[in-house]
Amino acid sequence: MMIDLPLVWAFLIAAAILIYVVLDGFDLGIGILFPFLNNPEDRDTAVNTVAPVWDGNETWLILGGGGLFATFPLAYAILMPALYVPILAMLFGLIFRGVAFEFRWRDEKHKPYWDFGFTAGSMVAAFCQGIALGAFIQGVDVDGRAYAGGWWDWLTPFSLLTGIALVVGYTLLGATWLVMKTEGSLGERAVRYARITVVGILIFIAIISAATLSLDPSFMERWMAWPAVLYSAPVPLAVGIVTFWLWRCLGEKMDFKPFIAAILLFILCFIGLGISLFPHMVPPAITIWEAAAPDDSLWFLLVGTAILLPVILGYTAYAYWIFRGKIQAGEGYH
Amino acid sequence: MSEFLNAELLARAQFAFTIAFHIVFPAFTIGLASYLAVLEGLWLRTGNDAYLATYRYWLKIFAVAFGMGVVSGLVMSYQFGTNWAVFSDKAGPVIGPLMGYEVLSAFFLEAGFLGIMLFGMQKVGRRLHYFATLMVAFGTLFSAFWILSVNSWMQTPAGYVINEVGQFVPADWWQVVFNPSFPYRLVHMVLAAYLTTAFVVGGVGAWHLLRHRENRPARIMFSMGLWMATIVAPVQIVAGDMHGLNTLEHQPRKVAAMEGHYETGRGVPLILFGLPNDETEEVDYALEVPNVASFILTHDWQGEVKGLKEWPREDRPPVAIVFWAFRVMVGVGFLMATLGLWALYARMRGRLYDSPLLKRVAVVLAPSGFIAVLAGWVVTEVGRQPYTVYGMLRTSDSLSPIAAPAVATSLAIFAIVYFVVFGLGTLYMLKLMAHRPEVTERGPEEGKPMRAAGTTPVAAFEEPEHPEGDSHDD
Repeated sequence: MMIDLPLVWAFLIAAAILIYVVLDGFDLGIGILFPFLNNPEDRDTAVNTVAPVWDGNETWLILGGGGLFATFPLAYAILMPALYVPILAMLFGLIFRGVAFEFRWRDEKHKPYWDFGFTAGSMVAAFCQGIALGAFIQGVDVDGRAYAGGWWDWLTPFSLLTGIALVVGYTLLGATWLVMKTEGSLGERAVRYARITVVGILIFIAIISAATLSLDPSFMERWMAWPAVLYSAPVPLAVGIVTFWLWRCLGEKMDFKPFIAAILLFILCFIGLGISLFPHMVPPAITIWEAAAPDDSLWFLLVGTAILLPVILGYTAYAYWIFRGKIQAGEGYH
Repeated sequence: MSEFLNAELLARAQFAFTIAFHIVFPAFTIGLASYLAVLEGLWLRTGNDAYLATYRYWLKIFAVAFGMGVVSGLVMSYQFGTNWAVFSDKAGPVIGPLMGYEVLSAFFLEAGFLGIMLFGMQKVGRRLHYFATLMVAFGTLFSAFWILSVNSWMQTPAGYVINEVGQFVPADWWQVVFNPSFPYRLVHMVLAAYLTTAFVVGGVGAWHLLRHRENRPARIMFSMGLWMATIVAPVQIVAGDMHGLNTLEHQPRKVAAMEGHYETGRGVPLILFGLPNDETEEVDYALEVPNVASFILTHDWQGEVKGLKEWPREDRPPVAIVFWAFRVMVGVGFLMATLGLWALYARMRGRLYDSPLLKRVAVVLAPSGFIAVLAGWVVTEVGRQPYTVYGMLRTSDSLSPIAAPAVATSLAIFAIVYFVVFGLGTLYMLKLMAHRPEVTERGPEEGKPMRAAGTTPVAAFEEPEHPEGDSHDD
């Protein structure tokens, strides 16, 4: 068997992270949009659009963390200490978000506090994930098999920029989700939020792309050198086309298209990231093959994954299919 | 050097704190999921609505406890890397895949069927609903299976070789998963989870019976909880003894700390109480029973028992904590078994529901399982020290290169957040338990998602059974 197991697992982990980002992205985006939804009924409707799915969405984050531990233990062991503060802050945010989600229905008297916890938790989680991404792209200090930097190394203008960008990106996902799932005044306002955030995200994509290329000359090489340019050049082009399409669709009746377009934007950015970083697992020092667990470990988990992952994907897709369609104000799922 | 020591102690404190909070939720939900499956099965067989009412009563509490278990568990899956990076690098190739299987086989199964269990009775029909309940119960047991396999491997590592960069790598997966202490630990822990739930259920039943003698769901809870105490508590004592003998074989240092034995000898006395003193290597003010320790550990009154002095000081676990936690666990365990025998006696005389004293004691012992579980985990994890992978990798060599102030800060935030968030959640569960069960008990409130319905679609279809708001019962 000449399968390159580390490479297979790198793609699987990347896929799990992408699925997490898209799925939890839109429900975190709902949380970020919460302060703008002043009408309590709009808030309840917005929460009801994600109530049945948000928890399953978050399970992908556990899979991402657990999968990295299992298949690339060295990368896990270097990145987690390097990103200590943003990772733990993200977890605290997710705790508040998750609990607020349940408690806001339970405790009418303190609903404003839980709503605040819902928003703050969502924003902190999104911001910290963006910071972690930026810190990852700019690279971490490694000495031997351990992280060699300090506990504030992640804090740079670049990582703050990616942090804000991800908050804006998740808000775009949340807004286009609301465009798809709601109607009336809430739906119209969601279109407006989507327009604002799509402009914002385009600016951030441009700035971050330029900043990334200037971080390290090797990034520039990877994008511009012949023949790499054959597959790298279409990416920014596609970003432009998808953004244009998203903008056009926001005025149309086919209201699922903006959400699809927003997801495509995320996928394109993810591909762009892959072009910049491949084949590094921990930029700039450690490659996929250096970080991978031995083949015995990769095989053992791959067998189960090959059986279980399609099942999981199947019922996840089925859930979203069942929940398709608009949510009326005052209509709960339960 | 002293700063590094501080960072180690802080990281240990943080792990102990977060896992102690985490473990009480799964310990409760493992038992409760199985209990719910039994209740629904009884309802399907007998058609007795009191079983359905009891099912629905505990289903609401299950949903809250399960949610808190998920959130606190998410933290654990990242904390190996954030605070124990060297351990993660070295042990990841062996234990990482086991945790991967826990996510794939247990967490997704639970998430998938919890929604049907919570909201889907009307929609999917009784059979499919019962299937969902069973799947959730299996999910909790699968989760226990994998995570206890991981924990047991750290206690009694097997089936591995060490590669050129110092990682533990798998040589035989069967030996890794079914390492020597795993079967004993799995049985001991699952029984502990069942007992924990049984005492909560029995205690809540007793609480309501003290006020309403004839309440049928409360009688079911009281009677079933006490049957578990009668049958499972003695079984647990036997299982615990076997687990202890397994520990003696593989981790004699831990057993020596549990017993407070510093000296190796024959015909060793059982120390009931005393103050272990690591400085003088003696147990001060010891209250002893001659020869009994030898008998328990070797099943021979004159059997030889190894003392801690057999090992250098730096290879021993801290004795006092292990010694005391062990006594708390065993003491609580015997209290539980005593209540079980008392209940059996009352039951055989046909007077189970008559004694107010029995009910009051059952109320007092309702949280006893949590105390025993936490004490037991202190015994086994502190007793594993000073290693993370027993005998192979020291705790001080497992640490992340994180400065002490970072760990101190995160520990402080964990303490505040956990006490607030899980304190409120526990308060909410207690409120639900204070609510008197009725035979017309409903499921979780409609229109108000108690938690997300997982990824399960069926919840979407359930029509509200009743107008908004009339089932607000807290």
